[in-house]
Amino acid sequence: MLLKISHRTEYRYDAPLLYALQRLRLVPYGGPAQTIKTWSLTIDGAREEVRFTDHFGNDTRLLSVEGDPHVISVEASGEVETHDTAGVMGAHRGFAPLWLFGSETRLTTAGDGIRALAGGVGGGSDLDRLHRLMGNIRERVAYTVGATDSGTSAEEALLQGTGVCQDHTHIFTSAARLLGFPARYVSGYLMMNDRLDQVATHAWAEAHVANLGWVAFDVANGISADARYVRVATGRDYREAMPVSGIRLGQAQEQLAVHITVEQ
Amino acid sequence: MLLGRTANGLYWMSRYIERTENMARLLDAGLRMALTRTASSSDEWNSVLLSAGAEHAFNQKHQEVTAETVSDFLLRDPANSSSVMVAIETARNNARMVRTALTRETWESINEAWMALKRMLASPVDQRELPSVLDAIKRETALIRGSLHGTALRNENFDFAQLGTFIERADNTARILDVKYYVLLPSIAWVGSTLDNYQWESILRSVAAHRSYRWVYEADYRPTNIADYLILNGRMPRSLAFCYLNISESLSYLEKDYGTRHCCHDTLDQTLSKLRVNSIKDIFDAGLHEFLIDFIRDNNRLGDEVAQNFRFY
Amino acid sequence: MTAFDEMHPQDTGLRKPYSAYDRWFQAQDPTRLTEKMRDAERVFRKTGITFAVYGEEEAAERLIPFDIVPRIISGSEWRRLTQGIEQRVQALNAFLDDIYHRQEILRAGRVPKELIASNEAFLPEMIGVRPPKGVYTHIIGVDIVRTGEDEFYVLEDNARTPSGVSYMLENRETMMQLFPELFQRVKVRPVENYPQLLRQSLSAVKPDNAHDAPRVAVLTPGSYNSAYFEHAFLADQMGVELVEGQDLRVIDGHVAMRTTEGYKQIDVLYRRVDDAYLDPLTFKPDSTLGVPGIMDVYRAGNITIANAPGTGIADDKAIYSYMPEIVEFYTGRKAILGNIPTWRCSEPDSLKYVMEHLAELVVKEVHGSGGYGMLVGPTASKKEREDFAKKLMARPSNYIAQPTLSLSTCPILTEKGLAPRHVDLRPFVLVSDRIQIVPGGLTRVALKEGSLVVNSSQGGGTKDTWVLDD
Repeated sequence: MLLKISHRTEYRYDAPLLYALQRLRLVPYGGPAQTIKTWSLTIDGAREEVRFTDHFGNDTRLLSVEGDPHVISVEASGEVETHDTAGVMGAHRGFAPLWLFGSETRLTTAGDGIRALAGGVGGGSDLDRLHRLMGNIRERVAYTVGATDSGTSAEEALLQGTGVCQDHTHIFTSAARLLGFPARYVSGYLMMNDRLDQVATHAWAEAHVANLGWVAFDVANGISADARYVRVATGRDYREAMPVSGIRLGQAQEQLAVHITVEQ
Repeated sequence: MLLGRTANGLYWMSRYIERTENMARLLDAGLRMALTRTASSSDEWNSVLLSAGAEHAFNQKHQEVTAETVSDFLLRDPANSSSVMVAIETARNNARMVRTALTRETWESINEAWMALKRMLASPVDQRELPSVLDAIKRETALIRGSLHGTALRNENFDFAQLGTFIERADNTARILDVKYYVLLPSIAWVGSTLDNYQWESILRSVAAHRSYRWVYEADYRPTNIADYLILNGRMPRSLAFCYLNISESLSYLEKDYGTRHCCHDTLDQTLSKLRVNSIKDIFDAGLHEFLIDFIRDNNRLGDEVAQNFRFY
Repeated sequence: MTAFDEMHPQDTGLRKPYSAYDRWFQAQDPTRLTEKMRDAERVFRKTGITFAVYGEEEAAERLIPFDIVPRIISGSEWRRLTQGIEQRVQALNAFLDDIYHRQEILRAGRVPKELIASNEAFLPEMIGVRPPKGVYTHIIGVDIVRTGEDEFYVLEDNARTPSGVSYMLENRETMMQLFPELFQRVKVRPVENYPQLLRQSLSAVKPDNAHDAPRVAVLTPGSYNSAYFEHAFLADQMGVELVEGQDLRVIDGHVAMRTTEGYKQIDVLYRRVDDAYLDPLTFKPDSTLGVPGIMDVYRAGNITIANAPGTGIADDKAIYSYMPEIVEFYTGRKAILGNIPTWRCSEPDSLKYVMEHLAELVVKEVHGSGGYGMLVGPTASKKEREDFAKKLMARPSNYIAQPTLSLSTCPILTEKGLAPRHVDLRPFVLVSDRIQIVPGGLTRVALKEGSLVVNSSQGGGTKDTWVLDD
């Protein structure tokens, strides 16, 4: 499937900025389930300082901003050929050792809730157990926008029973690790069948299963990733795979507007 | 090459060393007045507080203006950011931060001054000891200045230190004059009374000029001469003109070295032109108080612009 | 248990390295020496060589006591030591490179994976980074203790930001001021070129794309840091800028410092700020001591950070216990310098042994330093041992234990003449395209009679360390 993606982010500041940095992970890379045909990242109103590949293999760019109030825009767009692999992403690659994906982060630290969730998965094959985990999370945590924020931990989201794809993914990775599967967070795009405009970037999880390698689970939608998914960045949690993260000096307030389209 | 933060440290180190010395001189003059004119001693201490810019902070803490309360406040009080103890400590903290930009001798002289004053001012100073303590403070700051001038390379570091010294000193002299400008006005009825003589001597004494005045003017104290001496005389080391000659020298070195002219250079030129009047009479005619108020404001602005132009922050 | 005295061993009288010094010493007037001792203190206080002790009120500035009797090492002893140190330092760098790449040593099962996986000093952000010339630890301090004529052991490796080198230099400077005639009699190898070597060494590991005369700077947490004197001293002696986080920002793809003429690029940063505080965009978000984005510049290859972030994984006390295996794995040879036998309390058998022998052992926190949080069994009270045992049982993997070694002694000058005190030694190693060790180091001495704790924060002092030119 050939997907055309456009992801435009605009920042406005209401006062002069002493200095700000934005770290972007907005460039997808090719793999078993996707081939990048074209991709471009256009930046306006900010300066690209460096680009590098981070410790999880993500293409990362650092931007700097300063000066009088102005609009900064970042537009990532391109065409990606995707293949339906039934969620199987294949063998682990890169220097980041598999065991690292078994370790907790602040956002994915398991508490009693997640321990109980993992304990309730029961037996069966690796894939069965992971699918059951996905189903159980969907039952427990309703998709609700605005009930959580980017700092909400997996345990908190599970206890309050509401969240968005980020929370679903955190809960899944945290519980999967308890079950002995290395697990990671994927940020990327999903083409929703019924619409062109997407509200936000999407997030789902991958767990490492013996003999298969990495397998993708989209908890929010209850399926393994298929040809409608484009992977952009991975990490152990949202913080490590975030499309945009930054730091800002001075009093200026930031206003953010995101516009994403994914079409065939 | 010089870090903006280091330039900032050198500038404030020098300002606070200068402030330490100025406090001692102000106290010295106050003490002298109080010893000779017991009747008006609290007035005299009040104007010492005004000249030190410390009257507000003082009133928050003390009810009574006496030799003891004022001298303790100006020497030792941690609540007074310009007290000798706080000033020398701030100078030393700045010096410590810019240590690599100082010669070993300069650093040691500052460190030793801090240690000596800390010891001396550890407990309230007995009034009988006050003269010797004030002498010691002046001696310590003289040693610092001596080692700085004797050992420092005359590079940008030195220029920023000089700027700090002379912006602080100009501010101090201008404030001393402004606190008592009325006794210098020729129209005042009691001109020539003994009271004025003492007031004038006190002004001169607080800038260490009561002896040299006579060498220059060969005459009794006269208000116009005193104003002329402290404002326009380029050979008097605490006059506004002298301070600005030095500021001008440092800023033009920096302009030449860096090949860049900044807005502080324009502010400097404006102030210099105001100091280039034909005679002190012109200043009296336009209003001494107004002149001093403007000067203090422009001098502060120059300090702010130096900080901004040379990226202190 | 009598300790080996490096000047006067019990059986043989005077050891040879000390013979020239002893002749001089015997000829001195004791009162003059006592005066010199006071002179030394004045020199230190005047120059402001002080350190702030953590936990004391108002960051009281204290002097580290200096003893005027030198600690003397013969040329041949030194050669053997340096061979052992070089081998160890090579192994440490190979280990770090491996840990942040293929992790062969974990795959081979020579070091347990959990030791790395559960270690806070392991920085995932360093995975895949190969710094210029493959050097991770540019400056290492190896703490060495002696127990006999031929018995040297490594007590610990300091692979993050070893401190104390300024004391090595100032101690020598002070000795030369106090006793110039002594240095004419005894041929002591010089240490004063250390700052030049450090600068050359740092310049040699500049980023590949940096120009030939790279700009080096020292990053300090600020003038309130306990080691600020050393940071300023080293920057000054190297002739480079001493910068703070607030001076730096990312500009034009590099880290640059704010000068009176605008921002200037830095190529090599000798940082004395801990990993966690180095980059608020990557690590602790509230750190004001670091530079936001410096890790991005680092991964892009536009700056050298010395020591590299994440080197703490190599000097952790639990890893220490595996150093013999690590040295053998990467160099193919047995370690020349031995380790002190170490019980890892994470292992049940070891824990049992440690609990049964608390009164004989020294127990340390795995991540601790500075002599804090440790138990010296033989000198601790019963109550101290009982309290410590509770902490130990609550988190066994946080502790290791070692036998109480009979550290060698060296005489110090007391009011009653010479008296033996326990010492250790920290030589400083520079790694770039080669390994250099300045002949000497920091000798720390426990000033209290019988005490084995040499840390300056716990009543230790220092001595000038002489390596003889023989």
